[in-house]
Amino acid sequence: MEHITDSQGPLWEVFTQKKSGQPYQHAGSLHAFDKEMALENARDLFSRRGEATGLWVVPASEIVAVKPGDAAPFFDPADDKIYRHPTFYEVPEGVKNL
Amino acid sequence: MELQEKLDAFQQYIDAEEKIEPKDWMPDEYRRHCIRQISQHAHSEVIGMQPEGNWITRAPTLRAKKILLAKIQDEGGHGLYLYSAAETLGISRDEMIRQLHEGKAKYSSVFNYPTLNWADIGAIGWLVDGAAVTNQLSLRRTSYGPYSRAMLRICNEESFHQRQGYEIMTKMANGTPEQRRMAQDALDRWWWPALMMFGPHDNNSPRTYNGIVWKIKRAGNDELRQRFIDKTVPQAEFLGLKIPDPQLQWNEATGHYETGEINWDEFHRVISGDGPCNRQRMEHHKRVHEEGAWVREAAEAFARRRKAENLTEAIA
Repeated sequence: MEHITDSQGPLWEVFTQKKSGQPYQHAGSLHAFDKEMALENARDLFSRRGEATGLWVVPASEIVAVKPGDAAPFFDPADDKIYRHPTFYEVPEGVKNL
Repeated sequence: MELQEKLDAFQQYIDAEEKIEPKDWMPDEYRRHCIRQISQHAHSEVIGMQPEGNWITRAPTLRAKKILLAKIQDEGGHGLYLYSAAETLGISRDEMIRQLHEGKAKYSSVFNYPTLNWADIGAIGWLVDGAAVTNQLSLRRTSYGPYSRAMLRICNEESFHQRQGYEIMTKMANGTPEQRRMAQDALDRWWWPALMMFGPHDNNSPRTYNGIVWKIKRAGNDELRQRFIDKTVPQAEFLGLKIPDPQLQWNEATGHYETGEINWDEFHRVISGDGPCNRQRMEHHKRVHEEGAWVREAAEAFARRRKAENLTEAIA
């Protein structure tokens, strides 16, 4: 199952914005030979029914990600800081709008 | 970690309904199972464009033609979602297409039947897409993350396919006697192939066990087939059409329809290449792939030149 010369162009990751003001979310990936083709393919593949008001395409090779095996130690500095959550604090009885 | 420990941790993770992502450790057999299932699913979407494509130039109205074009375009898109999901497991798109052309990868046997009259387009949407969506709704919960996400997207789009098919059937079943005869003829020919789409009985399906334990599949072949039968029989009754199965009957006690046995000889014959249209489907796919080679080469050359030009500009 070694990689064999692919004639479909490099892989791109596609992010769509569903409504203006909303964050961009990963929609999927596709093959294209350049960025214009990537954008047009992304439109035809991920927004045939007006699902997007905005589109980003990024070469998959440029994405940097946390390795799954490293995820636990990478994220654990946040684990013991419960004072970052509002529920950590006691609100005196009778106080409102806090 | 010892292999057994890794396997146990993997199983626990899956039992907790967590999703497996591309870079996660997974047993080789899990990877192979996913590649086989997802690529077969992708090939089915793409080969499935052919029987419907047969009617684009002969659709009875402009409205019908536009709908059919949109539906076939969706099927192509579904193939692309699935190829991408399979690629995350380390197989290239080229390799999958090669496996298809060499007959090593299969696609759903249902697409090896011909579309003989316009009602067949209705029957495909209603029955073939209806069966596919029954399977795909269940697969939304598959344990492999990219596959699950592709299924969610596909299910959202498939609901239009089934409705447009049923609309055609409704029109034909309520039309002239000749149209009505065509509708019944289409049902007669597509009913059994649609039931075969769910695959062999579970006690006869060697891969069901692993697939269920690893939650790649979320329901057995027979259970999914029964779900499809139970929802489809009343739809046929509404059309006033007759399901071509003399043994079909409602079982009050179980709350399910009972059917006659599927012709498994036919199933195995068509799966192994000897159906009415196998050769035609594969020849068409190979020809179009080869004829499109120059487009891919030109696009690659263009991208290379643009890159070189940009580099020169950046230096200057």
